Parts: sequence; C-alpha cells; structure tokens
Amino acid sequence: MNLGKWLRNEIPPSVREALSGYSFVLVWVIGFALFTLFPLVETFRYSLHQVTVTATGIELTFVRWANYTRALFTDPTFVQLVIEYALETLISTPVVLIFAMIIALFLNLDFPLKGVFRTIFFLPVIITSGPVIRELIAQGVASVPQFANLAAVSQFLQDLPVYLRNPIQYLLTSFIIIFWFSGVQILIYLASLQKIDRSVYEAAAMDGASAWVSFWKITLPSLSTTTVINAVYTIITLSHFSENKVVRYIYGQTYAVQGGIGYASAMAFVYFGVLILLLLITYAVLRGGGRR
Amino acid sequence: MLSRWLPRWNYERIRSFFFGSRTHYGLIFLLVLYTVLVVIAFVYLYPLLYMFITSMKSPQDLLNPMVQWVPTQFYVENYLKAFRVLNYPQTFLNSLITSLIPSLIQAVVCSLVGYGLARFRFPGKRLIFALMLATFIIPPQNTVLPQMLTYREYGLLGSIYSLILPAAVGQGFKSAIFILIFYQSFSTIPRVLEESARLDGASELTIFLRIALPNALPAYVVTVLFSTVWYWNETFLTVIFLEGGIQTLPMQLSKFVQAYENLYPPGVVNIFDRINEAVKLSGTFLNIAPLLVLYFILQRWFVESVERTGVTGE
Repeated sequence: MNLGKWLRNEIPPSVREALSGYSFVLVWVIGFALFTLFPLVETFRYSLHQVTVTATGIELTFVRWANYTRALFTDPTFVQLVIEYALETLISTPVVLIFAMIIALFLNLDFPLKGVFRTIFFLPVIITSGPVIRELIAQGVASVPQFANLAAVSQFLQDLPVYLRNPIQYLLTSFIIIFWFSGVQILIYLASLQKIDRSVYEAAAMDGASAWVSFWKITLPSLSTTTVINAVYTIITLSHFSENKVVRYIYGQTYAVQGGIGYASAMAFVYFGVLILLLLITYAVLRGGGRR
Repeated sequence: MLSRWLPRWNYERIRSFFFGSRTHYGLIFLLVLYTVLVVIAFVYLYPLLYMFITSMKSPQDLLNPMVQWVPTQFYVENYLKAFRVLNYPQTFLNSLITSLIPSLIQAVVCSLVGYGLARFRFPGKRLIFALMLATFIIPPQNTVLPQMLTYREYGLLGSIYSLILPAAVGQGFKSAIFILIFYQSFSTIPRVLEESARLDGASELTIFLRIALPNALPAYVVTVLFSTVWYWNETFLTVIFLEGGIQTLPMQLSKFVQAYENLYPPGVVNIFDRINEAVKLSGTFLNIAPLLVLYFILQRWFVESVERTGVTGE
C-alpha cells in the first residue's frame, strides 16, 4: 500500500501511464518472445542443420545451407509447388477482392431479404476447414464441371503455354472454393461502405454525377485502405490454409525419412520469403493503382 | 375498372416503375439484383446441398443415374455408420473442449492487451503493433516445430495444454485479429468515464473491470464465437499438437476412410456396406452440423459483428 502511494506521488504521470500500459501488454510481449520469436529463431537454426529426433531429444548436425540448396535446386517438386502457389494466389486474390466488393455493394443497398443473403454469403467462413474442403474437392463439388470439361475450353487450354494453362485451369476447377474464401472480406467491405458519408453522394448527384461516376470517384477511392487490408487478409488466409499444397508438402516432408525437420524448416523459410514477396507485390500494385 | 387507373400510368410513371427514380429502385434493377444474388447464393449453397442430398442416398440410389437430386427413400443408414466411424459423442466433446477453452482464455488475454494498447501512451507501441502484424503473417510451419519438440520434452503433446498455453499469452490462433478487435472497441469508449473513476481513486484494473469491460461486451461475444469456430476448424495445429492424444472431429474426419475400414473391413462386409461417397459426405456433414446450428442460432452476432466492432480500422 505504501509502495502504491509512493509510486503515485513520486513518479510523473506520463511514466505512470506508460508503466500501466506495459503491465497490460507485458503478457503479450512474453508470449511473443516464447511462442513466436524463440520458435522462429529455433526453426531457422534447424534449417541450417540435419535434425535427428531421438527418444530423449534432438540431435543437430550442422550442414550450412545444404537444406536451402536442396529445396531450391535439387528438389523438383518443391519449387514447382511454390511457383504454382504463387501464381494461384496472385490469381485468386483479385478474384476474391472484386467479387467481395461487388457483393458488398449489392448488400449495401436496401431491399427485402437482404439479411437472408448476407447470412448465406457468410456461411463459408463458419464451415470452411481443411478436411471439409478436401472432401468437397474430392467429390467434384468445388468446380464448375460442365464448363471445365467443354471441348472448346479444353482445346483452348491445350494451346496455352503451361505456365498460363495451369492457373487458368485452377481458376476453372476451384471457382467455387475461391468464392468460399470471400466471406470475411465481404463484411469488411460492407462495414467500410457504411462509413462513407451519404451527403457526399448527394452533393455529387446535385452536380449531375451518375451512379456510375459516383462509384469510380467516391466509392472506390474510399475503399482503397480497406482493399489493402482485404488483400493482405486474403493472401494470408490462402497461404496458411492447411490444404494449401506447399503447406501439405512441407508437413509431409517433416515426418518423411528423406526430408526431416531440418529440411522442412528450410522450406518453411523459403515459403515465408515468397509469401512476403507476394504481400509486397500486392501492396505495391494496390498503392500504385490507388495513386493514379 | 382498368380505364380508371390506366390514364395515371403516363410515360413518367412507367419509366419510373421499370427504371426506378430517386426514391425507389426500378423493377429491372431489382430483377437484375435478385438474379445475381440468387445465382451467387446458389454457388455458395450448392456444395452444401449436394453434400446433404448425396449423404441421404442409399447405395442403390448412388448407382442409379436417374437419381440426381431426389433420393428414392429416406435413408439414414449412412449417418448411423458415419456416427460410429467418427466416434461422434467422444470426438464432438473433444472438439468442443479444445475449441471453447482456448477461445475463452484467448478472449480474456486479448482484451487485456487490446486495452493496454488502446488506453495508454507508451514508447514502443508502434513496435508492438508491427510485431503483432508479424505474428499474423508468419506461417505456422515456421514456428510450430520447436514448439512441438518442447511440448514433447515436457510430455504436453496430445494434451489440451499445448493449445491453452499459447492462447494464455496472446499467441493463440489468429490472436492478432482479436487484439485488433478489442483495440478498436476500447478506443471508442469515452475517456471521461475513466478519468472520473481515476480521480475517485480507482486502480487501473478496477477501471478495466468496471468501465471498459462492460462497454466492450460485443467484442467479447464476437471474439469467443469466431475464435471457437476457427479453433474448431483448425487442423494444421491440432494435428501436430494433439495427434496421439485428443482426437477432434476434423482430425477424425481426415482419416475417415481408414477408420471406416477398421470398423467395416472391406473383405468381410457385403458390397453395400463398403465405403462410398454417401457415407463420407455424411461424415463431413456431421462435422459441420454443430457449426451450422451455432451459426443459425447466433447468426446476427456473426454477421453484424464486423460492423459493430469496427474491425475495418482506419
């Protein structure tokens, strides 16, 4: 009690405020050190070693960058999967963003049964999980089968170079699943649309702006920050999803005789690097587009 | 009769009826709107519908190409089998516990951290925000192995503590999002309230419990709901941390075929009891059924939550 009194009198308010603040976030800082920073550094250490799991613990044999060179230059599967993942993410993200924005614009209008549609569009967020998606894809429900199997479409795909064909094929076969990842983004757009001041639209209408012009001049610029948030959210969700092929490959290699923890750690870091690259590309594109 | 109101339908009225005016939408616009929304809603519901209908099909119906959308009989045998294969009562309870308990703890801890960030000025706050964004971005595979090995060392692998511990220090599944939700939520509470409480000599913890917490109840509900759902659906972490110990519903679903063939060995049972997609989809449906029930009871909270808590964050 005395200590408390002393603290209150002797310490300047700003320092006291800072101390109170630290006491609230301290638990997070400790958690960050223990459950994020330390494991991250440790994983990086594994990636430079050959890791053998024994009954009592683990044994490390230093191999320098061998795991990385193996992932990047020797293992043909990994590099191919990463390239496919990167292309698919770069394709899916704009699809999700545009789709979510259109749906949000619709749901921002006033019409009967709006609530029902909103409930349906948000449903996937609740039920999407790795095993469920895997089962749906296995049953062929995830695609638009009639379209992807059309003779004309497959002929068209045949003529394309491989690096273009695979992403387009992916787009056709995973169409529905891509939509399933838009639920949260729709809500975020919707929330941000509702914050736009209605009087701006009224003023624009007074000056003779059509709804079309209002969208491009008012709505879209107001959504630019939200779009960045949504893009980041989409990329992260797609990249962390447990059915992502790179994630599954790394997981499989962790327990494989040929792979092991060291090799899996190295691949995880390469994957992390690619993920950051994708985020930077998306950010640059969105920011650059926003400024124009 | 007709002629009495027809004259009132002059050009202007007809135009406004079809194309709308400043005060209401036109018929054409509404038609387009509903068509698009219904088509998209169908795209969303189609997998669920397909799943449910296929799961109700008997083996004869599955083989019969005439039976597409309406099974010939009410057939629940698939569900009975899937129920047994999933060991439903046990795995359901496990899933419930492993998603609810970490979520409750996560809500408490994230609210404290969010409050600290929203209400106090201190050096290093921007750094903490940056690190928080990092925890959101870093893929789980980059941190999960050392954790797994440490848990193994202390014999925590396969127990619920392997999920509780990270949640208890704000590093649970998607914690960063929830901290942001609380940050937004606490930022909107007027400062006057806590200033006057502080003048009355209330401690920081009292102010948090008596003033901040009651004002942020929506954020708590939303966090617990979303967190529970996301923990329930999470399989990457649970497989690594819980495998060999607690068996959750999605984990059991992942090895459905194997579990099925243990219960109904393919060489022993007759051909109609072999595994087929109807049984598999029954299992999938049993897996999401609790979530569907939860969603339809509490859908208001899920759907309006993002607006209410202002996650968009300017």
